[in-house]
Amino acid sequence: MDQLIAYRLFVSYIDRSRDYYGAQGYKKPYAWPRYDKVPFTPLAKPLAEARIGLVTTAGLPKPADPMQAMMYRRELYAQPSVPPPSELFTDDLFWDKQATHTKDVDSFLPLNRLAEYARQGRIGSASPRFYGVPTDYSQARTIDLYGPQILQWCREDHVDAVVLFAL
Amino acid sequence: MATVVVGCARDIVEECGVARFVFTDFPLGNPCGMPGDAAMQSAILGIALDLLGRAWMPRTTVQTPYLWPGDEWRDAFMRVDDSNREALARAGEERRKLQTKLKKS
Repeated sequence: MDQLIAYRLFVSYIDRSRDYYGAQGYKKPYAWPRYDKVPFTPLAKPLAEARIGLVTTAGLPKPADPMQAMMYRRELYAQPSVPPPSELFTDDLFWDKQATHTKDVDSFLPLNRLAEYARQGRIGSASPRFYGVPTDYSQARTIDLYGPQILQWCREDHVDAVVLFAL
Repeated sequence: MATVVVGCARDIVEECGVARFVFTDFPLGNPCGMPGDAAMQSAILGIALDLLGRAWMPRTTVQTPYLWPGDEWRDAFMRVDDSNREALARAGEERRKLQTKLKKS
C-alpha cells in the first residue's frame, strides 16, 4: 500500500468548475450531459488492417498578422496529417496552465506516434487528415453539426476507427 | 464507427458515457502523455488502439499506469478559497458588465 486516503484523489471537474463559476457569481451551474444508453460499435476489422483517424479539441494556429489574429474564431476543420503541425492553438481552452504546457503537439494529438505505428504495421494506416472540433457550450451544435461533419470527413477518408483526444 | 476517448477529466467523460475511455490521471492538457516523452505518448496511444479491438461493451474505462510528479496540481486548479474569493466575485461581475455592454453595442 502506498498511501491511505480519506477522500477521492481524482479531481472532479464537474464539482470544481461549478464551485469556481459559482464564486464568480454564476448561480446556474453548467448542466453536463449524461446518457443512460451509450452506443458501442465494435472494430470491424483487425487493427493491423484498420485506418485510424485522430480528433482534437485544439484549434488551428492563430494567424501571425495581428488584424487576422483578432478576427480568429474557433471552427470545425480537417487538415492534412502530413506534415504534422508543429503547433496548435490551445490558449482559449481550460487546461492547467500552471502545471503544464502544450508546446509538444504529440502530448495531446499524437500524429507522429500514430504514423510510427502505421510504419511498424500495428495499424493498417493513418488517416490522411486529422479533425478538429471546437469545444462548445452548445450540446446541440456538437451533436447536430460537429459530430455528423466529422463522421462524413472520416467516411470520405475511409477511416475505420477514431481516437478522440480531449484537452 | 468504433471510437475511443483519451482524456484526463474522468468524471466528465464517465458521467456522460462513451464507448471506450483511456484515462490518465494528469492535470488537464496532455491526455497522450508528458511533453517530450515520446515513449509514454506511444504507450498511451497504443493502449487506446488496443482498446478499440478488445473492449466488448460501452463505458469501458482503462486507466494508464502513469503518475504526474507531485500532487499539488490537484488542489491548485480552479481553487476557490479565502485568498481569491473576492477577486473571483469581482472578475465575474466585470465580465458580466462587459458582456452586457457588448450585447448593447
